[in-house]
Amino acid sequence: MRTFGNLLVRGLIVGLFAGLLAGTFAYVMGEPHIDAAIAIEEAGGAAHTHGEEPAAQAPAAEEEEPLVSRNGQRFGLFLATSLYGVALGGIFAVGFALLRRRLRTPSDSYAALGLAAAGFVGIVLVPFLKYPPNPPAVGDPETITKRTITYLLTLVIGLLAVWAGVAASRWAQRFGDAPWIRPAGGGLAFVVTIVAAYLILPSINEVPGSFPATLLWQFRFASLGTQAVLWTLLGFGYAALMDRHSKVTKETVAA
Amino acid sequence: MPAPARSVAVPAVSPRLLAVALLTVGLLLVLAYLVAFDQGAISQSGMYMHELMHDGRHLLGVPCH
Repeated sequence: MRTFGNLLVRGLIVGLFAGLLAGTFAYVMGEPHIDAAIAIEEAGGAAHTHGEEPAAQAPAAEEEEPLVSRNGQRFGLFLATSLYGVALGGIFAVGFALLRRRLRTPSDSYAALGLAAAGFVGIVLVPFLKYPPNPPAVGDPETITKRTITYLLTLVIGLLAVWAGVAASRWAQRFGDAPWIRPAGGGLAFVVTIVAAYLILPSINEVPGSFPATLLWQFRFASLGTQAVLWTLLGFGYAALMDRHSKVTKETVAA
Repeated sequence: MPAPARSVAVPAVSPRLLAVALLTVGLLLVLAYLVAFDQGAISQSGMYMHELMHDGRHLLGVPCH
Protein backbone atom coordinates (compact mmCIF):
# COMPACT_ATOMS: atom_id res chain seq x y z
CA MET A 1 0.00 0.00 0.00
CA ARG A 2 1.36 3.38 -1.00
CA THR A 3 0.68 6.50 0.99
CA PHE A 4 -0.77 9.58 -0.65
CA GLY A 5 2.56 11.38 -0.29
CA ASN A 6 4.36 8.54 -2.03
CA LEU A 7 1.91 8.58 -4.96
CA LEU A 8 2.22 12.37 -5.19
CA VAL A 9 6.03 12.52 -5.14
CA ARG A 10 6.17 9.94 -7.93
CA GLY A 11 3.77 12.04 -9.97
CA LEU A 12 5.84 15.19 -9.45
CA ILE A 13 9.06 13.42 -10.49
CA VAL A 14 7.51 11.74 -13.54
CA GLY A 15 5.97 15.11 -14.45
CA LEU A 16 9.34 16.84 -14.26
CA PHE A 17 10.93 14.31 -16.64
CA ALA A 18 7.94 14.37 -18.97
CA GLY A 19 8.09 18.17 -19.00
CA LEU A 20 11.81 18.25 -19.74
CA LEU A 21 11.42 15.83 -22.65
CA ALA A 22 8.35 17.66 -23.94
CA GLY A 23 10.51 20.79 -23.81
CA THR A 24 13.16 19.02 -25.88
CA PHE A 25 10.54 18.02 -28.46
CA ALA A 26 9.17 21.57 -28.47
CA TYR A 27 12.67 23.01 -28.87
CA VAL A 28 13.44 20.84 -31.90
CA MET A 29 10.00 20.76 -33.54
CA GLY A 30 8.45 24.03 -32.40
CA GLU A 31 11.12 26.70 -32.02
CA PRO A 32 11.82 27.05 -35.77
CA HIS A 33 8.12 27.82 -36.34
CA ILE A 34 8.04 30.35 -33.50
CA ASP A 35 11.13 32.04 -34.96
CA ALA A 36 9.45 32.13 -38.38
CA ALA A 37 6.27 33.59 -36.91
CA ILE A 38 8.20 36.26 -35.00
CA ALA A 39 10.08 37.15 -38.19
CA ILE A 40 6.73 37.67 -39.91
CA GLU A 41 5.50 39.71 -36.95
CA GLU A 42 8.51 42.00 -37.08
CA ALA A 43 8.49 42.31 -40.85
CA GLY A 44 4.81 43.21 -40.80
CA GLY A 45 5.40 46.22 -38.55
CA ALA A 46 4.44 44.16 -35.51
CA ALA A 47 0.68 43.89 -35.82
CA HIS A 48 0.71 43.30 -32.10
CA THR A 49 3.16 42.74 -29.29
CA HIS A 50 2.90 42.38 -25.59
CA GLY A 51 3.88 46.03 -25.42
CA GLU A 52 0.57 47.02 -26.97
CA GLU A 53 -1.47 45.48 -24.23
CA PRO A 54 -3.38 47.85 -21.96
CA ALA A 55 -1.43 50.46 -20.06
CA ALA A 56 -1.37 48.37 -16.89
CA GLN A 57 1.04 45.95 -18.57
CA ALA A 58 4.76 46.48 -18.74
CA PRO A 59 5.38 48.94 -21.57
CA ALA A 60 8.32 46.94 -22.94
CA ALA A 61 7.84 46.69 -26.68
CA GLU A 62 9.50 43.48 -27.80
CA GLU A 63 11.34 44.83 -30.81
CA GLU A 64 12.79 47.84 -29.00
CA GLU A 65 14.15 46.56 -25.69
CA PRO A 66 13.14 42.93 -25.19
CA LEU A 67 12.55 42.06 -21.57
CA VAL A 68 13.83 38.56 -22.30
CA SER A 69 16.06 37.84 -25.29
CA ARG A 70 15.13 35.15 -27.81
CA ASN A 71 17.84 32.93 -26.35
CA GLY A 72 16.37 33.57 -22.92
CA GLN A 73 12.96 32.51 -24.21
CA ARG A 74 14.46 29.35 -25.69
CA PHE A 75 15.78 28.49 -22.24
CA GLY A 76 12.49 29.60 -20.71
CA LEU A 77 10.74 27.04 -22.91
CA PHE A 78 12.32 24.26 -20.85
CA LEU A 79 11.46 26.04 -17.62
CA ALA A 80 7.84 26.41 -18.74
CA THR A 81 7.37 22.80 -19.87
CA SER A 82 9.15 21.48 -16.76
CA LEU A 83 7.06 23.49 -14.30
CA TYR A 84 3.91 22.67 -16.27
CA GLY A 85 4.94 18.99 -16.25
CA VAL A 86 5.47 19.05 -12.47
CA ALA A 87 2.04 20.64 -11.97
CA LEU A 88 0.32 18.19 -14.34
CA GLY A 89 2.20 15.22 -12.90
CA GLY A 90 1.13 16.15 -9.38
CA ILE A 91 -2.50 16.70 -10.37
CA PHE A 92 -2.38 13.43 -12.31
CA ALA A 93 -1.10 11.61 -9.21
CA VAL A 94 -3.86 13.12 -7.06
CA GLY A 95 -6.40 12.05 -9.68
CA PHE A 96 -4.88 8.56 -9.63
CA ALA A 97 -5.10 8.38 -5.83
CA LEU A 98 -8.72 9.52 -5.77
CA LEU A 99 -10.02 7.60 -8.80
CA ARG A 100 -7.97 4.40 -8.71
CA ARG A 101 -10.59 2.37 -6.85
CA ARG A 102 -13.29 3.39 -9.30
CA LEU A 103 -11.36 2.18 -12.34
CA ARG A 104 -12.34 -1.34 -13.23
CA THR A 105 -8.93 -2.84 -13.79
CA PRO A 106 -6.83 -4.89 -11.40
CA SER A 107 -3.68 -3.39 -12.91
CA ASP A 108 -2.33 -0.13 -11.52
CA SER A 109 -0.36 0.33 -14.73
CA TYR A 110 -3.47 0.08 -16.92
CA ALA A 111 -5.21 2.47 -14.55
CA ALA A 112 -2.39 5.01 -15.01
CA LEU A 113 -2.42 4.61 -18.79
CA GLY A 114 -6.20 4.96 -18.91
CA LEU A 115 -6.13 8.11 -16.79
CA ALA A 116 -3.38 9.63 -18.94
CA ALA A 117 -5.33 8.85 -22.12
CA ALA A 118 -8.43 10.43 -20.59
CA GLY A 119 -6.42 13.48 -19.54
CA PHE A 120 -4.88 13.89 -22.98
CA VAL A 121 -8.25 13.67 -24.72
CA GLY A 122 -9.99 15.98 -22.25
CA ILE A 123 -7.30 18.57 -21.55
CA VAL A 124 -5.46 18.61 -24.89
CA LEU A 125 -7.47 17.17 -27.77
CA VAL A 126 -10.89 18.67 -27.05
CA PRO A 127 -9.52 22.24 -26.59
CA PHE A 128 -7.23 21.76 -29.62
CA LEU A 129 -10.08 20.92 -31.97
CA LYS A 130 -12.15 23.95 -30.95
CA TYR A 131 -9.38 26.49 -30.38
CA PRO A 132 -6.21 25.30 -32.11
CA PRO A 133 -3.19 27.06 -30.60
CA ASN A 134 -1.62 29.95 -32.48
CA PRO A 135 2.00 31.00 -32.90
CA PRO A 136 3.16 34.52 -32.01
CA ALA A 137 1.97 37.11 -34.57
CA VAL A 138 -1.53 35.61 -34.50
CA GLY A 139 -4.15 36.80 -32.06
CA ASP A 140 -5.62 40.11 -30.98
CA PRO A 141 -4.35 41.26 -27.54
CA GLU A 142 -7.75 42.83 -26.91
CA THR A 143 -9.42 39.42 -26.80
CA ILE A 144 -6.93 37.62 -24.56
CA THR A 145 -9.35 37.47 -21.61
CA LYS A 146 -12.15 36.05 -23.75
CA ARG A 147 -9.78 33.56 -25.35
CA THR A 148 -8.43 32.49 -21.96
CA ILE A 149 -11.92 31.90 -20.55
CA THR A 150 -13.15 29.95 -23.59
CA TYR A 151 -9.93 27.89 -23.58
CA LEU A 152 -10.42 26.99 -19.91
CA LEU A 153 -14.06 26.17 -20.62
CA THR A 154 -13.10 23.72 -23.40
CA LEU A 155 -10.64 22.12 -20.99
CA VAL A 156 -13.32 21.58 -18.33
CA ILE A 157 -15.83 20.45 -20.96
CA GLY A 158 -13.26 18.03 -22.34
CA LEU A 159 -12.88 16.36 -18.94
CA LEU A 160 -16.66 16.35 -18.47
CA ALA A 161 -17.09 14.76 -21.90
CA VAL A 162 -14.63 12.00 -21.04
CA TRP A 163 -16.45 11.42 -17.75
CA ALA A 164 -19.80 11.36 -19.59
CA GLY A 165 -18.37 8.85 -22.05
CA VAL A 166 -17.13 6.52 -19.31
CA ALA A 167 -20.37 6.83 -17.32
CA ALA A 168 -22.50 6.19 -20.40
CA SER A 169 -20.43 3.20 -21.44
CA ARG A 170 -20.97 1.64 -18.01
CA TRP A 171 -24.66 2.50 -18.05
CA ALA A 172 -25.06 1.02 -21.55
CA GLN A 173 -24.12 -2.41 -20.18
CA ARG A 174 -27.66 -2.88 -18.94
CA PHE A 175 -28.91 -3.08 -22.52
CA GLY A 176 -27.00 -6.25 -23.23
CA ASP A 177 -23.51 -7.58 -23.47
CA ALA A 178 -22.93 -7.29 -27.21
CA PRO A 179 -19.38 -6.02 -27.68
CA TRP A 180 -20.48 -2.85 -29.48
CA ILE A 181 -22.89 -1.60 -26.83
CA ARG A 182 -20.40 -0.09 -24.40
CA PRO A 183 -18.18 1.69 -26.94
CA ALA A 184 -21.27 2.91 -28.80
CA GLY A 185 -22.90 4.30 -25.65
CA GLY A 186 -19.68 5.87 -24.40
CA GLY A 187 -18.69 7.26 -27.76
CA LEU A 188 -22.14 8.73 -28.34
CA ALA A 189 -22.20 10.52 -24.97
CA PHE A 190 -18.68 11.85 -25.54
CA VAL A 191 -19.37 13.10 -29.07
CA VAL A 192 -22.75 14.64 -28.19
CA THR A 193 -21.18 16.53 -25.27
CA ILE A 194 -18.35 18.07 -27.26
CA VAL A 195 -20.45 18.80 -30.37
CA ALA A 196 -22.98 20.66 -28.20
CA ALA A 197 -20.15 22.57 -26.50
CA TYR A 198 -18.47 23.40 -29.82
CA LEU A 199 -21.75 24.77 -31.19
CA ILE A 200 -22.45 26.90 -28.10
CA LEU A 201 -18.93 28.29 -27.59
CA PRO A 202 -18.03 31.29 -29.77
CA SER A 203 -15.83 30.82 -32.82
CA ILE A 204 -12.57 32.71 -32.69
CA ASN A 205 -10.52 33.24 -35.82
CA GLU A 206 -7.88 35.92 -35.55
CA VAL A 207 -5.40 34.52 -38.07
CA PRO A 208 -4.45 37.34 -40.47
CA GLY A 209 -5.19 36.46 -44.10
CA SER A 210 -1.54 37.07 -44.91
CA PHE A 211 -0.23 34.53 -42.40
CA PRO A 212 1.12 31.40 -44.15
CA ALA A 213 -1.27 28.46 -43.61
CA THR A 214 1.56 25.94 -43.75
CA LEU A 215 3.49 27.66 -40.97
CA LEU A 216 0.30 27.98 -38.92
CA TRP A 217 -0.38 24.25 -39.05
CA GLN A 218 3.25 23.25 -38.62
CA PHE A 219 3.21 25.26 -35.40
CA ARG A 220 -0.10 23.75 -34.32
CA PHE A 221 1.09 20.19 -34.87
CA ALA A 222 4.33 20.98 -33.01
CA SER A 223 2.21 22.23 -30.12
CA LEU A 224 0.00 19.14 -30.23
CA GLY A 225 3.11 16.95 -30.40
CA THR A 226 4.64 18.71 -27.38
CA GLN A 227 1.56 17.97 -25.32
CA ALA A 228 1.33 14.43 -26.68
CA VAL A 229 4.92 13.79 -25.56
CA LEU A 230 4.13 15.25 -22.14
CA TRP A 231 1.02 13.12 -21.58
CA THR A 232 2.47 9.95 -23.11
CA LEU A 233 5.52 10.10 -20.86
CA LEU A 234 3.36 11.00 -17.88
CA GLY A 235 1.15 7.96 -18.46
CA PHE A 236 3.87 5.44 -19.28
CA GLY A 237 6.23 6.83 -16.62
CA TYR A 238 3.62 6.53 -13.91
CA ALA A 239 2.49 3.13 -15.21
CA ALA A 240 6.08 1.90 -15.09
CA LEU A 241 6.51 3.07 -11.49
CA MET A 242 3.26 1.39 -10.46
CA ASP A 243 4.30 -1.80 -12.25
CA ARG A 244 7.63 -1.76 -10.48
CA HIS A 245 5.78 -1.37 -7.21
CA SER A 246 3.60 -4.42 -7.80
CA LYS A 247 6.62 -6.54 -8.76
CA VAL A 248 8.35 -5.57 -5.55
CA THR A 249 5.24 -6.50 -3.61
CA LYS A 250 5.00 -9.88 -5.32
CA GLU A 251 8.64 -10.63 -4.60
CA THR A 252 8.17 -9.64 -0.99
CA VAL A 253 5.15 -11.88 -0.73
CA ALA A 254 6.96 -14.77 -2.43
CA ALA A 255 9.89 -14.41 -0.07
CA MET B 1 -19.69 2.36 -7.00
CA PRO B 2 -18.25 0.76 -3.85
CA ALA B 3 -14.66 -0.35 -4.08
CA PRO B 4 -14.52 -4.02 -4.94
CA ALA B 5 -12.24 -6.22 -2.89
CA ARG B 6 -8.93 -6.39 -4.71
CA SER B 7 -5.43 -5.26 -4.07
CA VAL B 8 -4.69 -1.78 -5.31
CA ALA B 9 -1.73 0.39 -4.46
CA VAL B 10 -3.67 3.38 -3.15
CA PRO B 11 -5.30 4.16 0.21
CA ALA B 12 -9.08 4.42 0.49
CA VAL B 13 -10.48 7.92 0.03
CA SER B 14 -11.24 9.37 3.46
CA PRO B 15 -12.43 12.93 4.18
CA ARG B 16 -8.95 13.74 5.42
CA LEU B 17 -7.30 12.38 2.28
CA LEU B 18 -9.79 14.30 0.17
CA ALA B 19 -8.94 17.54 1.98
CA VAL B 20 -5.19 17.01 1.54
CA ALA B 21 -5.74 16.07 -2.11
CA LEU B 22 -7.77 19.18 -2.86
CA LEU B 23 -5.22 21.40 -1.11
CA THR B 24 -2.45 19.79 -3.17
CA VAL B 25 -4.36 20.32 -6.41
CA GLY B 26 -4.94 23.96 -5.42
CA LEU B 27 -1.20 24.55 -4.94
CA LEU B 28 -0.34 22.79 -8.20
CA LEU B 29 -2.95 24.84 -10.06
CA VAL B 30 -1.17 27.97 -8.80
CA LEU B 31 2.05 26.58 -10.33
CA ALA B 32 0.25 25.84 -13.62
CA TYR B 33 -1.25 29.34 -13.52
CA LEU B 34 2.22 30.81 -13.12
CA VAL B 35 3.33 29.11 -16.35
CA ALA B 36 0.18 29.52 -18.37
CA PHE B 37 -1.53 32.78 -17.44
CA ASP B 38 0.34 34.88 -14.89
CA GLN B 39 1.35 38.37 -15.94
CA GLY B 40 3.29 39.30 -12.83
CA ALA B 41 0.54 39.05 -10.20
CA ILE B 42 1.96 35.88 -8.67
CA SER B 43 5.55 35.87 -9.85
CA GLN B 44 6.03 39.49 -8.63
CA SER B 45 8.58 39.89 -11.40
CA GLY B 46 6.63 42.24 -13.62
CA MET B 47 6.37 40.66 -17.05
CA TYR B 48 9.77 38.97 -16.76
CA MET B 49 8.57 35.44 -15.98
CA HIS B 50 5.72 35.85 -18.47
CA GLU B 51 8.14 36.74 -21.25
CA LEU B 52 10.69 34.11 -20.17
CA MET B 53 8.14 31.31 -20.57
CA HIS B 54 6.57 32.83 -23.70
CA ASP B 55 7.60 30.07 -26.15
CA GLY B 56 6.58 27.33 -23.75
CA ARG B 57 3.17 28.86 -23.26
CA HIS B 58 2.54 29.04 -27.00
CA LEU B 59 3.74 25.46 -27.56
CA LEU B 60 1.70 24.12 -24.64
CA GLY B 61 -1.38 25.36 -26.46
CA VAL B 62 -2.31 28.14 -24.03
CA PRO B 63 -3.78 31.26 -25.62
CA CYS B 64 -1.36 34.18 -25.60
CA HIS B 65 -1.38 37.79 -26.79
